[in-house]
Parts: sequence; C-alpha cells; structure tokens
Amino acid sequence: MHAAHSHPDRRLRLERVSKRFGGHQAVDAVSLDLAGGEFFCLLGPSGCGKSTLLRLVAGFETPDSGAIRLGEADLTALPPHRRPVNMMFQSYALFPHLSVAANLAYGLKGLGLSRAQIAERVTSLLALVRLDGFESRRPDKLSGGQRQRVALARALAREPRLLLLDEPLGALDRALREETQGELRAIQKRLGTSFVVVTHDAHEAMALADRIGVMERGRLVQVGPARDLYERPASRYVAGLLGDVNLIEGRLGPAEPGAFRSVETALGLLRASGEGEAGVRVVVAIRPERLRVGGEGEASGLPGTLTEATFLGDRIRYRVTMADGTALRASAALPLSGPAPSVGQAVTVAMPSDSARILPA
Amino acid sequence: MSGLSRRLGRGLVRGLPFLWLALFFLVPFAVTLKISFSSPATAQPPYLPVLEWEGGLEGWREFLEALDFQNYQMIAADALYRDAALSSLGYAALATAILALIGTPTAYAMARAPARWQPILVALVIVPFWTSFLIRVYAWIAILKPEGLLNAALLKIGLIGAPLAILDSPYGVLIGLTYAYLPFLVLPLYAVMSRLDPALTEAAADLGASRTRAFFTVTLPLSLPGLAAGALLCFIPMVGEFIIPDLLGGSDTLMLGRVLWSEFFSNRDWPLASAVAVLLLILVVGPVVLFREAELRREEAARGEVEGAVRGGGR
Amino acid sequence: MSLFARTVLALALTFLYAPILVLIVYSFNASKLVTVWGGFSTHWYGVLFADGPLIAAALVSLKVAVLSAAIAGVLGTCAALALDRHGRFFGRGAYTGLLYAPMVMPEVITGLSLLLLFVGIGLDRGIGTVVIAHATFATGFVAVVVGARLKGLDRSLEEAAADLGAGPTRIFFGITLPLIAPAVAAGFLLAFTLSLDDLVIASFVSGPGATTLPMRIYSQVRLGVNPEINAASTLLIATVGLVVLAASWLTGRKGRAG
Repeated sequence: MHAAHSHPDRRLRLERVSKRFGGHQAVDAVSLDLAGGEFFCLLGPSGCGKSTLLRLVAGFETPDSGAIRLGEADLTALPPHRRPVNMMFQSYALFPHLSVAANLAYGLKGLGLSRAQIAERVTSLLALVRLDGFESRRPDKLSGGQRQRVALARALAREPRLLLLDEPLGALDRALREETQGELRAIQKRLGTSFVVVTHDAHEAMALADRIGVMERGRLVQVGPARDLYERPASRYVAGLLGDVNLIEGRLGPAEPGAFRSVETALGLLRASGEGEAGVRVVVAIRPERLRVGGEGEASGLPGTLTEATFLGDRIRYRVTMADGTALRASAALPLSGPAPSVGQAVTVAMPSDSARILPA
Repeated sequence: MSGLSRRLGRGLVRGLPFLWLALFFLVPFAVTLKISFSSPATAQPPYLPVLEWEGGLEGWREFLEALDFQNYQMIAADALYRDAALSSLGYAALATAILALIGTPTAYAMARAPARWQPILVALVIVPFWTSFLIRVYAWIAILKPEGLLNAALLKIGLIGAPLAILDSPYGVLIGLTYAYLPFLVLPLYAVMSRLDPALTEAAADLGASRTRAFFTVTLPLSLPGLAAGALLCFIPMVGEFIIPDLLGGSDTLMLGRVLWSEFFSNRDWPLASAVAVLLLILVVGPVVLFREAELRREEAARGEVEGAVRGGGR
Repeated sequence: MSLFARTVLALALTFLYAPILVLIVYSFNASKLVTVWGGFSTHWYGVLFADGPLIAAALVSLKVAVLSAAIAGVLGTCAALALDRHGRFFGRGAYTGLLYAPMVMPEVITGLSLLLLFVGIGLDRGIGTVVIAHATFATGFVAVVVGARLKGLDRSLEEAAADLGAGPTRIFFGITLPLIAPAVAAGFLLAFTLSLDDLVIASFVSGPGATTLPMRIYSQVRLGVNPEINAASTLLIATVGLVVLAASWLTGRKGRAG
C-alpha cells in the first residue's frame, strides 16, 4: 500500500460531486480521496453511476455541484482536452483511419516534441504493451486483445498523472483477462501513475485494486482494500456484490462486552461480530466457504439435509436445507479432509462466529 | 420448398428490377445513340432513317448506310456546344464546392445536436427536399427579380442605389443551384456523421485535441465517404440541369440541359438533341462511376461497423 | 449545443425556408405584386380551385405518382433484398451500377432517351409512359431506403423462425416483410413525391391528355410570378409536410427494434 501523501500531485480528490440527468440522480454527493500512485477500482452493477463518475473526472460531463481536484489543480471547470487526465475507453475508440503509430502519436501533437522524439516515444509505448513492430498496422487488422493494448498505450502516451479505465477487460475472454490483469498491475506499478478502473466484476476489482470503492445508486457506500470489503462488508449490498454470501435474518440480542453479539434467527441463536441496538432487525452474513458441512450428529452444528452437491474442480458447492426450510450454501475446498457427504444425507452445518458478520437488515 | 423453386424465386426477385432497368434505362441509351446518327425530317417520327424490322438484311444495310456523323460534326464545329459543356461543368463544380463549404458545418451541427432534436432537424431539412423542386426555384424569382423582395429590402436599407440584376444572371443560377441541392449534400453527409462513434471524438479530446482539431483530424476524414456521395449526388445532376438556368438564368447562361431542351422542343431537331445527350452522357459517365464507388464504400463502412462490433470481443 | 452549431443551423434553416415562407405568405396577398402587401385574402385559392386545367393536371399527377411509386416500391424492395441476401452473385457490380445510375443521371438524358425508346417501339405516349419513366428513376431511391433497413435487421429473428420450422416464403411474408414494412412505406412515399415533383422527364415522355401538374405550373411560371401558383405551392408544401411527418413516424416507430 502506498503512503497517502506520496506523489502529491497525483492525488485525486472528489468533494461531494453530484450529477443529475433529467429525473435521475446519477452521482450523489460522492467524496473520495485517492493516494498518489494508487490503483483504485470503482465497483458496482450497471446503472450505479460508476461510469458517470469516471466521465466527470475525465471531463466529458460537468458536475452539478462539488469539486474535482488533482493535486493542486482544480479540474472542475476544465474541458477534457486540457486535463492532465487520460481515459481508456470501453470500446477502445481507436481511430480507424490511422495506423497504430498514428493513434499513439495523436496525443503527442502540440506538445512541442520533435518528430524523432515522438517516434521514440511511440516505440517505447509499443514495447511497454508488448506490441513491438505493430507501428503500421491498422486497427481493423488487430485482434481484440491487441486493440486493447493499443488503447492502453495511447492513453499512457501523454504520461498522465491519472489514468481512467472504463471496463478495460470486459471484451476479453477469461484466460486473456487474467493474463492482462497481471500486466495491468505491473504497468501501473512501474509507471507509478494513479489508475482508476471501473468494473462490474468483483473478482477483477479484487485482483487489480489496492482499494475498492463500491457504488450503489450514485452513492459511494464503502471504500477499502478488497479484504476489508469481503470480510467486513458494511451492508448486504456490498456483501452480495463481492461474492456469494448467506444472509440469515434475525433480531439482535442484548448488548455485550467484546465484539460478539447474539442474534435470534429461525435457525436458532447465532453468534456473530458486529454492533447495533438490542432488538433491531439485522441480517447475519456468512460466506459459503466458512461454513463446515459435517456428518450427522457432529457436536457444534445446525442440523439439515444435503440437497445438492456440485463438483467445481477445485471445490464442492453444497446446498443444505435446514430444519426450518431455509437453504444455506456452503463450499469445501478439494481435496476434502474427511469423507464426502452424499445427497439426501442428514448433515450438520457449523458456523464459526468469527466468520459471521452482523449487517443492517 | 424445393431447391429448384427456391432458386427460381431468388432469380425472380433479383432479375425483376434488373430486367426493368435494363429495358427502360440501358436500352434507351442505345436508341439515343442510334438517333444521334440520324438526320432530322419533317415526318412522324421526325428523324430518318427509321429502322423497318421487316426489311431483312437488305433493310439493315440500307439503314446503316443512312447513318452519319453529321450531328457530331455540327457539335464539334459550333463553339456553342463546347461553351455550354464547359459552362455546365463550371457551374456544377462551383456550386458543389459552395455546397460542400456550407453543407459540412450544417451536417456537423445536426449530428452534434441533442439526440431529441435530431429527428426534428432531419425532418426540417427533408421537407424542402421533398417539396417540389420547381416550386422552390420559382420562389426565388419573386425574391431575386428587380422588383422583388431582395432588391426592395436592399434599396430600403440604402445598401444599393439601383436594383441588382441577380435574376437572369450567373448569380441567379448559382444561388438557385446551391439552394435547390443543399439537402442532397447535407442528408447523406449527416447520415454518415451521426453514425460515427461518439467515443472517437471524446478520445480525441481526451488526448488533447481542441474541438477544431478533433473535427479536422478525426470527424472529417471519417465522414469523407458521406461527403463524396453527397457531392456527386449534387454535381452529376447539376451538369445537365434545366429548370434552374431556364427560370433563373439569362440568355448568357449557357448550360447543356437548356441547349438539349431547345434543340428538342424549339428546333424539333431530335437527332441533334440526341447528339447533345450523348455528349452530356460522356461528361457525366466518369462521375457516375465514382458515385457508385462512393455509395458502395459508404455501405461497406456501415457494414464493417456492425461486423467489427460483433468481432470485437475475445481474442 | 455550441453557439457556432446553433448559428450554423439557424442560418441553414433560414436559407432553406425563406423562399418557402415567401410563397406561403404571398399566397394570401390580395395584391398581385410581390412588393406590395394588399391585405390578407384567400382570393387566389378560389382562383386555384376554379382553374380546371390545373385541377385536371393535379389529378393526372396523383394517378401517375401512386402507380409509379407502387411499381418502384416492388422493384426497389426486390433489388434491396437481392443485394442484401444474395451475397457475391455474378454481375453484382453491374447490378449496383444499374440501380444507382438513374438516381443521379441528369433528367434531360433519361427523359429524352426514354421518349426515343417509346417512339421507336411505337408506344403511345400518355399516362402509361410517364408511369414507366417515373418508376424507372425512383427504383434506386427505394432500394437505398429499404436496403438501409435490411442492413440493420437482426438476422437471428429469421433464423429463429427457420429453427421453429418455417419455410422461406413463410419467413419472408411473416417475419421479414412486417419488419421492413415501415421502410418500404417510406420508400413508397419518397417515390411518390419524386414523381409528383418531376417536370423534365414528364415533359419528354408525356402525351396528349396527360399533362402533369409540374408541366402545367411550368407553363404558367414561364410568364412570370403568378399568385395562383403561390396558392398551389402552399397546398403542395402542406401536403408534403404531412407526408414527411407520416414517413418519419413510420421509420421511427419500428426503427431500432429487431
């Protein structure tokens, strides 16, 4: 993790930025403070406002209220072509009538560089994205992955202090996506540029980012490193976004010293960490991989019946129907440490309290 | 449906327009060519020789012997036709150039208008396009004539001392051509511009290009197929234009369309008129081929966009 | 929208509509002179509706327009289908050339050459010959309009129909045609107005008793500005305005879907 004050002129600060389209509040008083040289991800489903926020920072929309600052500079009123910010577009937006080299050189015109300097920069950019020798190719002759790299290189040509990436890996297939994630991180570390990536894919966000900002309906609802968001989500929305999660409704028990509380649920009294007023309705969240499915009669477990067991290569996913009818999802990493329960068998589900989290209802 | 009847069906669909156009568009050219080698006659039809189908081989030989190059010699000898040809090309080229200059910003402004307004703007440009050509040209008479609106307004303001002779002059023709053909240039160009990926101009701005630079380095090059198609859609018919020089031009505005008309209707010299038609055809055949190329290029580009979007994903 | 764009559009639209507005305004001018406003009057409309030859010519024009647009509609749609569906067939280049050339060819050439053909094969000139001539040059326009719609058509709809057991005829009449119908209708309307408007070609190929409206108007207009013509023009403009509204509603309606 980078210290918050390194590279001070690459610190992006959003101060209560809002944007409305017609009757719809796309971005609602978002405030964000990015460290310089940080890899940040904006995560959320389509329509949550993440792309609008990105476009506000790039300058393609003007905020109704709030300020956007990069280091000392106030960007809010600047048109896009004057901001020291560059964007990699979701559709890549490569100029079809220009060669790869001309695309890369486009942003370098008007900066006072000589032809030789521009050519040199183009060559080094191509080397950075491992497309050496592609200077005279046309965009329509490139594969999807190659186009994506040209788009990235083009956005880096002007050495921006901040790079915005709009769903950069969306169009790539799975294998290529994972490979490119690693390359993207490596490039970011090497250049020290701040990256802000917009994505709807939680795994991608976790793989890429130093910190993730989750957006819901125009608001930034939680910001933090992947692990914090995954293990201590602030709401059921965030919990569900970051991965599969069991949500058990209940009522919060009386206050206690320490981090743990009791919650009265249809499955019985559960222990979980969290806080709140006694008596309020809450939800207990626990990830499938934290539940332990064991044979019948094992000591600390809730009774249920195994209704589904799906083999997924590196793990088995279980579906257990509990005594009251609710279904819990559990998963166990392979190879299993004990015998595998079979479908239809009576099982017990153990719920370690340190993995269970109390969330607002 | 059996394979044979399916192929017959396809053949019919494809062949029907082709046969019609071959019969009513191509064959007439052959006939015109033949008539251009004939001589005028006071007869019905007013030319000789007339091909008698029952004449047999002898009839054919007599027929061919009666043809001559007389009309073409007349055209070559008389400077009128050369001047009219050059003048037609000149007016068409100049008017097209003016149209390109005023039509490009117009189409661009339309393409950049808010999405809600674009259909309205298109409809506003289309209404004059679909309104009678004749009537719109006629309207300019009322405006341009010495006692017309324009002169009256200018006189009143005191900008001029005496009425300007715009009507019955080359200026009248130019104004008329520019006015009448404006939608022909704007609409195809707008069609291409509005279909350009807006992310491309955003990317240009993101990379530091001002709006002007983005227009000239990205929007305009990518809109050239539309501009080419629109320009040719104007230039080619303008070369043979009749109505505008007749109503708005004077006796000194020579254009081939008018020459052909007067040879045919006033002089009743069908063969000479045919020869003029052949001359006109030779002048425009090159641009017509170019037009077809431009249209095909434009369609290819549109088709490529769709395929590119589909193929864009994955390796 | 920037100030520049707004100014450009305002100027362009003013340029396009000024003469039209002049016509409309002066059709209600009691005075015959353009520079004198004699008061609001519908006098000229009365003259117009009493003008027998003009009304007759209008009826001829309408008849010709409907017939030629119908023919052009069928031919143009066939051509568009062939170009869109039949891939690289033999003679495709000549086909497209033949389709596009009449759209740009100077009217004096097409008019004269068609007349010579009709005379040569001994076809009497009249409404029929005008219909043939108009259908010929309008076909290309219809093909362009329908072709554009075909290109945007989602093929998977037809593929789904085939998958569910429909043969080519059923697919065409049940799926394809309804989907392209708005474009065909728009093409028909375009051919209709092109026919209604044509002066030059009609002058060449028409015959006795088949004087079209533009031919009649032209003969009047050669003699100078005529307020009755202003009235006729205004009515024509109003008609075209309605037709354009209808056409854009049609193409806009099922525009993006499918």
